[in-house]
Amino acid sequence: MTDLATSAPDATAATPARPTPAGSAWLKWLARRLGLAVLTLWLCSVLVFFATAALGDPVRAILGKDYATSPERVAALTAQLRLDEPVITRYFQWLGGLFTGNLGESVANGLPVGSLVGDRIVNSAVLVLVSALVMIPVAFGIALVSANFRGKRTDSVIQIIMITAAGLPEFVVGILLVAVFSTTLLHVLPAVTIAGGGAPPWSKPASMILPVLTLVIAVAPYVARIVRSSLLEVLDSDYVELARLKGVPERVVLRKHALLNAIVPGIQVIALQLAWLAGGVVIVEYLFSYPGIGASLVDSVRNSDFPMVQVLAMTIAGVYVVVNLVADVLSILFTPRARTAIAS
Amino acid sequence: MNVLTPANLRRIGNQRRLVTGLVITVVIALMAIVGPWLAPYGENDIVGKPFTHQGSWLGTDYLGQDVWSRVLDGGGSILLISVLATLLGMVVGIMIGVVAAYIGGWLDEGIMRLNDVALAFPQILLALLVLTAVDQPSWWMIVLLVGISHAPRVARVSRGVALGIVSRDYVTSAEALGESRLRVILAEVLPNMNAPLLAEAGLRLTYSIGMVAGIGFLGFATNPGAADWGQMINENRLALLVQPWGVLAPVIVIGIFTVGTNLMADGIAQLAGRGD
Amino acid sequence: MTLTEEDVEAGCTVSGLRVALTGRGLDVVDEINLELRPGEVVGLVGESGSGKTTAGTALLAYARRGAFIERGTVAFEGVDVLALPWEQMREIRGMKIAYVPQDPGAALNPAIRIGRQIVELLELHGIGTAEERLAKARAGLLEVGLPDDDEFLARYPHQLSGGQVQRVALAMAFLPRPKVLVLDEPTTGLDVTTQGMVLQTVGELCRSHRVAALYVTHDLAVVATIADRVAVMYAGRIIELGPRDAMFRHPAHPYTRALLDAIPHLSRARALTGIPGRTPGPGRRPSGCRFNDRCEYVEDRCRDTEPPDVQVGPDHTAKCLRVGEIGSWDINRGNTTDTDPATSRDIILSVEDLRVFYGHKEVVHGVSFDVAKAEVVALVGESGSGKTTISRCVGGLHKQWTGELTFEGRPLGKGSRSRVSEDRKRIQYIFQNPYLSLNPRLTIQQIVSRPMELFGLAKGSQARDRVVELLEAVALGPTVLNLQTNRLSGGERQRVAIARALAAEPDLLVCDEITSALDVSVQGSIVALLENLRKTRQISMLFVTHNLALVRSIAARVQVLNAGELVESGFVVEVLDTPKHEYTKRLLSNSPTVA
Repeated sequence: MTDLATSAPDATAATPARPTPAGSAWLKWLARRLGLAVLTLWLCSVLVFFATAALGDPVRAILGKDYATSPERVAALTAQLRLDEPVITRYFQWLGGLFTGNLGESVANGLPVGSLVGDRIVNSAVLVLVSALVMIPVAFGIALVSANFRGKRTDSVIQIIMITAAGLPEFVVGILLVAVFSTTLLHVLPAVTIAGGGAPPWSKPASMILPVLTLVIAVAPYVARIVRSSLLEVLDSDYVELARLKGVPERVVLRKHALLNAIVPGIQVIALQLAWLAGGVVIVEYLFSYPGIGASLVDSVRNSDFPMVQVLAMTIAGVYVVVNLVADVLSILFTPRARTAIAS
Repeated sequence: MNVLTPANLRRIGNQRRLVTGLVITVVIALMAIVGPWLAPYGENDIVGKPFTHQGSWLGTDYLGQDVWSRVLDGGGSILLISVLATLLGMVVGIMIGVVAAYIGGWLDEGIMRLNDVALAFPQILLALLVLTAVDQPSWWMIVLLVGISHAPRVARVSRGVALGIVSRDYVTSAEALGESRLRVILAEVLPNMNAPLLAEAGLRLTYSIGMVAGIGFLGFATNPGAADWGQMINENRLALLVQPWGVLAPVIVIGIFTVGTNLMADGIAQLAGRGD
Repeated sequence: MTLTEEDVEAGCTVSGLRVALTGRGLDVVDEINLELRPGEVVGLVGESGSGKTTAGTALLAYARRGAFIERGTVAFEGVDVLALPWEQMREIRGMKIAYVPQDPGAALNPAIRIGRQIVELLELHGIGTAEERLAKARAGLLEVGLPDDDEFLARYPHQLSGGQVQRVALAMAFLPRPKVLVLDEPTTGLDVTTQGMVLQTVGELCRSHRVAALYVTHDLAVVATIADRVAVMYAGRIIELGPRDAMFRHPAHPYTRALLDAIPHLSRARALTGIPGRTPGPGRRPSGCRFNDRCEYVEDRCRDTEPPDVQVGPDHTAKCLRVGEIGSWDINRGNTTDTDPATSRDIILSVEDLRVFYGHKEVVHGVSFDVAKAEVVALVGESGSGKTTISRCVGGLHKQWTGELTFEGRPLGKGSRSRVSEDRKRIQYIFQNPYLSLNPRLTIQQIVSRPMELFGLAKGSQARDRVVELLEAVALGPTVLNLQTNRLSGGERQRVAIARALAAEPDLLVCDEITSALDVSVQGSIVALLENLRKTRQISMLFVTHNLALVRSIAARVQVLNAGELVESGFVVEVLDTPKHEYTKRLLSNSPTVA
């Protein structure tokens, strides 16, 4: 027999209730979840720092061939990067710097990392957001159509297209799009997004189309599949069957009973994909020369520009962690069972 | 492990997706393996001026080398690295996931928390981080990087599947009889995870190919100058307008390959879903 | 009850109903003729694969995915429901012909509060104002014995117990005052006491609101409690139909008789029997009479012609060609004697002051009992009583307990890993769900021979021979040796599990509700098998069950548990005939029984 826990005293409607003051257990759960996120971020910082700073010789990597020929530069660089100090000390110095806003200086051009990175973060954020805004309705639309025509030709065709698109690496999609729309087949869209003079890339919206399209094609199939399969699962479920047996019209069944219960897996997947986008921008930005953190990251890695790499990597990891946290919170909000379980 | 019974083979044959994917994958893999012997020119032979239509049917690349020959030569390393990386990721991930699910308790919690940290990294990020310090990565380093980046994801999936199995009565029954823990994992748990694990392996292979080629595309060459599909894309990018085949040929081949492996993985997943 | 013209008009008549599988032309059910009269409950009884749920939901013009209603009429209020256009049928569903589903938990939308769900239909059809609907909802909840306050209405389904959820579903179905009600095993999975309450509610509501009810179930004991007339289904046909008393006292069809032979009674011990073979699914049914391949009275003509309905009494028909020739049936046929309390007992297992914990919570509070050689001791109670927990401790599956478990004078370790090999061998555990207790990747031979290898009893070809012997002992032929479990039915799998347990040559079998997931005729054959094993191999058994009637037919002694406490203990004949504890008395009065 289940526990007879009581829910928040809100007897009005079927909409999910807001967390009430009575749910202090809610806050405890939230605090614990936040703590976990912070812990994860901290461990990420450890990983980022030690992966870059502890493996291989940074000085050798930066100087390349000059390493053997100019010992003064070796010494100067070693002092500049404080490589004579023990690793742990350097880690905490770096970590402290992150909190105080001192993000270090780029090895490539000596400028503070913060100034170089600020605009780029904004650019990438715009790219990701626009892609997500396009992707969500597209994916949900495809899923709804697919679920509606389940078992018939339309559904199979959609499935095949989705699977094909899902497997393609982002740069394959991107280059094919460029070839089709820009260079080889048609010539309607620009292949790169440099707007010149430091203007934001969205001042030339035509140049954003291909990068956004690439990201959407990379991400939408997976989301569409998950939403479709959870829709189907719900549509086959007992309580939807009962609703039909009670004579409830099909569209009410879909809207009221099915959609609500299918949203939660949808949210989780969207969050996962948004987080994925944070990493997926790397290749796409590089391909389209989009001035965002991804392209910057690739350049920095190539130049062995440790401070830049570390900050950019932490940014990306940070986005991952935050988006997952938001997804967890949202899916709890939408699942009454989990909500009340926490409150009890 | 009785996966290949005659009844199963018939079922597999009926699966259009699986068969199509398998065929495509095998064709491209064969091309990658046997290609070097079929290439009309050597991978570094200069057959004409750069970015022209001399040489074989796909023209020349940025140095004047024959694109078609380089395409035939360029799959071997990608294939090898991807397969090895997938194997590594699967083995490590399965070990972590199954042990965590079986032992349970604090060990499970601890392992999964660490796993979550690892999952907070986009797969390509780990590779890039290490490449910061390394000028020219060796091929086994790529295998390690890509494989290790798969492991957390595989661990999460295998733990999920294993959790469903370790609580089943036939596992409890084996423990009640007093079977050793190792034997329980090997004989009771793992064999019942065949299908979902195979599907996951197919998926991981798809991502491996994408990542390995992607790393080459970003310009981090294991063997600069050698024929490699990913590197070729980067090398010939400038001439996309003029001589697209230097880029499009490797891109299309990579695309077909990943579509094949993904179809295969999906076909296996379908089979697994309908089977047991 | 006398029938008036109006009654027949007001009810619902099914004629010639046939539901088939789409695309294959095979029937799921056929020739279904039923009359439902207002205020009367018709019990539609069948084992799994009989098609009873399909027949029941067809009254709402509903067929599950993959099947369709091929022909037949459902006459209701002067129209044929099955011939109605879609929109009109939808109007009738829920409002005039209602449905109460089987699984309490899964039938309500987990994301919508109860208050809203109950009135959903009235809201959809625009009946009354919001306040009026709410008032009706409250009245409906009171009628089924639930609170009607705001707090309760605001709950989500997962915040209710199984019995409460089912009563909400009942209230929901009765709210629009339907004329016909189809109930699909609504008490499955509920405790005996809760089941009793729900059955009582259903009966009262149907009679007071003059509803014509069809109660679909596999449980003949439940039917004996609630139904006025009974229809028995087998392999898609109604093979017997008649008033309840006539059916239970003078069953005409061999299948009905075999079913009644397999049912345990509360009032006397019986030697239960099963039916050889298994129920055929659509497409595998024999020609002629569908029961002919399992019937003990079969003749050649049974295989050639499908029997028509033969009148056996007033309002009582059966589909059998040999109805007049097979003699009468006596309910006392299978009677045996209860174990004599005066028999001497040679104790092999003794449980003393057993306290069991899950984490920090104590769930079993100081239970003591013992088991003698070649004796069956039943642990009986409702869910949460601790019966399964105790059995798992004895079997070595659960480690957190204090107290003493002594087996043949030696203390048992906690958990199988801390027990000596000898103890692990001599106590064997059999699980409830035969679909989950056998490794699907292994062949039957591998499964049954493993304990022999593990305990060093036999290897290789010697083991194989022993496996064949064991399979024979559990009435399975050697043909299953190289099969995997997915080819076997539930009953056959449970036999394999028993064979596996026997392979270790145990002295004590711990059986955890091993027949609860099986059909009643299959249960009968398993019980017969266990009794045989007990006598020939002198094996003791600790038999966990929630079914008191089953206890009577299988056990010598019984331990009655309630919420982790042992409330009554003793020989079966004494405890069941002269119970001393309040709880036992309540359990007995709530247990539905045929006799």
